[in-house]
Amino acid sequence: MSASDEIWILGIRMTKFGKHPDLDTVDLAAEAATGALSDAGVTMADIGVLAAGSLMNANAGLGQQLQKQIGQTGIPVYNVANACATGATALRTAIMAVKAGEVDYGMAVGVEKLSGAGLLGAGGKKKADADVWAPAGRYGAIAPVDGRIGTEAMPGVFAQIGTEYGHKYGGTSFELFAKISEKNHAHSTLNPLAAYQKRFTLEQIMNDVMIAYPNTRAMCSANCDGAAAAIVCNGETLKSLSLEQRRRAVKVSASVLTTDPYEAGCQVLPNVNTLTRNAAATAYEQAGVGPSDLDLVELHDCFATAELVHYDNLMLCQEGGAAEFFNSGAPWRDGSTPVNVSGGLQSKGHPIGATGIANVWEICHHLRGEAGDRQIENAKVGLAHVIGLGSACGVHVLEKSAV
Amino acid sequence: MAGQIPLVDYLVLDDGEPHLIAKECSNCGARFFDRRNACASCFATEFTTVPVATEGTVRTFTIVTFAAPGVPTPFVASVVDCDGTQVRANLINVEPDPEHVRDGMKVRLATYPIGTDSEGTEAIGFGFEPAT
Repeated sequence: MSASDEIWILGIRMTKFGKHPDLDTVDLAAEAATGALSDAGVTMADIGVLAAGSLMNANAGLGQQLQKQIGQTGIPVYNVANACATGATALRTAIMAVKAGEVDYGMAVGVEKLSGAGLLGAGGKKKADADVWAPAGRYGAIAPVDGRIGTEAMPGVFAQIGTEYGHKYGGTSFELFAKISEKNHAHSTLNPLAAYQKRFTLEQIMNDVMIAYPNTRAMCSANCDGAAAAIVCNGETLKSLSLEQRRRAVKVSASVLTTDPYEAGCQVLPNVNTLTRNAAATAYEQAGVGPSDLDLVELHDCFATAELVHYDNLMLCQEGGAAEFFNSGAPWRDGSTPVNVSGGLQSKGHPIGATGIANVWEICHHLRGEAGDRQIENAKVGLAHVIGLGSACGVHVLEKSAV
Repeated sequence: MAGQIPLVDYLVLDDGEPHLIAKECSNCGARFFDRRNACASCFATEFTTVPVATEGTVRTFTIVTFAAPGVPTPFVASVVDCDGTQVRANLINVEPDPEHVRDGMKVRLATYPIGTDSEGTEAIGFGFEPAT
């Protein structure tokens, strides 16, 4: 592979996740974008393409709004939306433009204002009681089906994904899922940018308000505000830069986006497994690394029940061995494969559009040796994973610079 | 009595015992419950309507205790394997707690009234209940 085929993250930044009542999506995106430019040592004049994502505000033209605050240079903007994989999709879009050789530098930005958003996936369907029943829609429904034919809200959908794994392989329990959440909340205490940095006991997690069994409130991702941005370039461009820029640059050894291939039942309950497994397999092949080479993993723990299945999907354990993998202590920060040392979506927070870049930022932070109190020592290779229902899965494998 | 109407068009009420129907791809056998443009598996466009088994096994479930405004809780959401066809449905006529609901339990289709419109037509929903 020649240097021009290599993709590098030159600069990356995430904002503090949490409540930002005085900042709008453009303010947050601008903070992340200018931070990433400064981190990269370049300006908007260098950037050849901008990919921007803000899922709940997808028709607002975030990219152009951002340009109007930080620099209107006439470059193409791709406003992207891909459920919870929106940030990873923005990053991948910028990477594709650089890889195609059309631009020297690409910028990806993801942002979301989600504080107080409540339950996702279930709103806006309630209609006034009809005078006369009238079938409508693709199922000829005469009334809203959420709650009558299963659940459309995320906590219940992902609860079923976790219990389905338990049904298939055994070894799972309410307590096991709660312990996964206990780990991530414990990890978050070391992350100053996390929305919540509070450690919970197992009892507190299990006795918290039940949302959709077995997910209690503490086991659900935290809706919050936040943004993240990254600047990418190719290896040829990187060669022309300073030693300090080359030393801090992080290699993107794999960048993969997949959707769910057809399987029986996948249109009844979303299948988040096969597309993650496919993305991981492709990513490991692209990067020339295996799961055992990973020093840390940030995976999409939108619910405690989701984290478990992705141990298996990302092949961090033997097929069917996710419960055993967790019980061995492997995904704790002092274990053999630290998972979600940022605190994960459950405590760091999940501002949807930002998540897929913030996960990459976390990995980069460790590979650069800049993660402070939560630094995973000698981290050289990491993997960032996100999944959006519908479905879309992004996997990025990142490697420390050899300089 | 002005008759009944099913909650969704794949619930059949008036053809013997209540049952669900699916659109089955004539080429590959994949089954779907919604209006189809083509098969998601093999892209063919010919479908036949087939009955779905009324008994099945709970493949996965959750007990929803917090839902969108207007959705009564608690309820048990599940996926039922009906002789190889995956069906999304609530589990009904069962206590909504982990002691009474379990993966792998045998269930059967059951219907219940949802309400009556101004013309007296009764809407009928469906779920699966324990098959004892």
